[in-house]
Amino acid sequence: MPDTTAERAPLIDGAPAPGVKKLDPMVVADGVQRTFGGVHAVDVDHVEIPRGAITALIGPNGAGKTTFFNLLTGFDKPNKGSWSFDGKPIGGVAAYKVARRGMIRTFQLTKALSMLSVMENMRLGAQAQPGENIARALIPALWKPREKEVTDRALDLLARFKLDDKADDFAASLSGGQRKLLEMARALMSQPKMIMLDEPMAGVNPALTQSLLHHILDLKQTGMTVLFVEHDMHVVREIADWVIVMAEGRIVAEGYPDAVMSDQAVIDAYLGSHHDTDLGDLSEEQQAELLDETQVAVEREEDGTHG
Amino acid sequence: MDLSFLLLALGQLISPQTIAYALAALGLAVQFGFTGLLNFGQAGFMAIGGYAFAITTLRLGFPFWLAVLSTIVATTVMALILGIPTLRLRADYLAIVTIAAAEIVRYVVKTPDLIPLTGGSDGLNGSSITFDAINPIPPGSYGFGPLRYDENDLWIIIVGWIFVLLVALLVRQLMRSPWGRVIKGIREDEDAVRSLGKNVFSYKMQSLILGGALGGLATIINIIPTSLQPDNYGTQTTFFLLTIILLGGATTVFGPLVGAIVFWVVLSLADGVLTLLINSHLLPISSVQQGPIRFIIVGVALMLIVIFRPSGLVGKKREAFFA
Repeated sequence: MPDTTAERAPLIDGAPAPGVKKLDPMVVADGVQRTFGGVHAVDVDHVEIPRGAITALIGPNGAGKTTFFNLLTGFDKPNKGSWSFDGKPIGGVAAYKVARRGMIRTFQLTKALSMLSVMENMRLGAQAQPGENIARALIPALWKPREKEVTDRALDLLARFKLDDKADDFAASLSGGQRKLLEMARALMSQPKMIMLDEPMAGVNPALTQSLLHHILDLKQTGMTVLFVEHDMHVVREIADWVIVMAEGRIVAEGYPDAVMSDQAVIDAYLGSHHDTDLGDLSEEQQAELLDETQVAVEREEDGTHG
Repeated sequence: MDLSFLLLALGQLISPQTIAYALAALGLAVQFGFTGLLNFGQAGFMAIGGYAFAITTLRLGFPFWLAVLSTIVATTVMALILGIPTLRLRADYLAIVTIAAAEIVRYVVKTPDLIPLTGGSDGLNGSSITFDAINPIPPGSYGFGPLRYDENDLWIIIVGWIFVLLVALLVRQLMRSPWGRVIKGIREDEDAVRSLGKNVFSYKMQSLILGGALGGLATIINIIPTSLQPDNYGTQTTFFLLTIILLGGATTVFGPLVGAIVFWVVLSLADGVLTLLINSHLLPISSVQQGPIRFIIVGVALMLIVIFRPSGLVGKKREAFFA
């Protein structure tokens, strides 16, 4: 286990509850609604995402997690609502502008550009390349220096993600897990303030999962804010500092990972009547153990409140 | 046996028609091959560009360079009109709108009420005056062997090929630049490119304008040695162009040039061989049936290429369009 709750700095001042105020929020969303033909896909009254922490967004299929992601990043328009990023309102801002302001996302179905080389994929992630202007593109002297900087940064990132020997291969030749790594590395090319990962572990083999987890923890070390959607509870428990639970478009629970995942409301919302099937593949002894831990966690939080 | 058709086919290697189709196909390759825009109305861009040139030359007395500029302006306006409502939507909307727009253009210029301006169904003659006026080649007959050109034909062939090669080099430079990287990214997955902070709409619009302008300029080369005929810019022209870029390689710069040459030479050869066979009573068909049959031959050739060489004649296998 790379991290323990004991080391975590408090993210809130008060008791965890849906919509609770964070000490230092990166994203604040208010009254965000999105309906698809009468169905409330997203109906979030208030939610804050803490800065510099890893937040997991969990919930059953159809809970509106990806729709909420799309709304925050400008890939979809809400029926109403407003939200801000790093203190500035970005509701209704076009997706590419949201990305330029430092909120970069990845996709549930990996979008590696397969007919471009791995290096070209990486270079595409960079900002402020004058050669992306059609007139300046014709004069290489105007963009070659920046291209060199971009390439150096790309090589650096590819080395960190162990893709450097693939730099000149077409992205099509990568495995599913390597594409996830490439997508994450590409998102980092622009040095974003916040990265939003939509199911980063889906379809990734267990060996690569560990490596991906470490990369996400590394992001936090560099001060980045991370929000990710995930179904694998092991992953959530292992790396998340904070967990937000969605069901039927609403935020139904929020809290520190251990506490949230043993919350009866969460278990009901998340697993419905089959709550004994999988909450991170726990055996009954482990569940009992978890319950004890929860007690400890709750006590600690109460201590925090009073102290 | 009359083998003069071989000469005709040879002439197609460098004819102004081949140059025009190469240029228009290059424009379509920028849009379709590199950006993934389904422009099914390249013939419409060609028509708009041609009429802008011919009308400003013949009716308004513009000098050559100003008439060329009018062509670029006209195709740009058309690209904006078609692109603004459709480029934010799924790719197929652009296809529907462009195919309809091209037909609208053709019907409008053929309207009898517009004969004083567009010449109606007869089209416009003589728009080569300003171009011929700047011809530095002394009058005479030029060529090698039995291929002969007068000074004006030679002038347009020389200028046309130089222009096409310059444009091809320019497009190649663009596609190798960061601009081209964004364009190729959009072809693959525009949401991915958008998520990386690129204004996808603007890039698609630039591509549509650039490709449309090349289509318009192509028509100038096509009409200078002949005349502007509205029915030469029907839907079939767009599909000839698509055939050409798939033949040569849709994701390459020189593919459309090779494709245009092969297309017109093969069409001309097929025509000649068929005529020969019919005249020697070796084929039990009439000369009326001959026209469609050469297109059947082209169609079969296209199928074979898509099946056995999906990246086109000069394309790299990994960038195959029908992989």
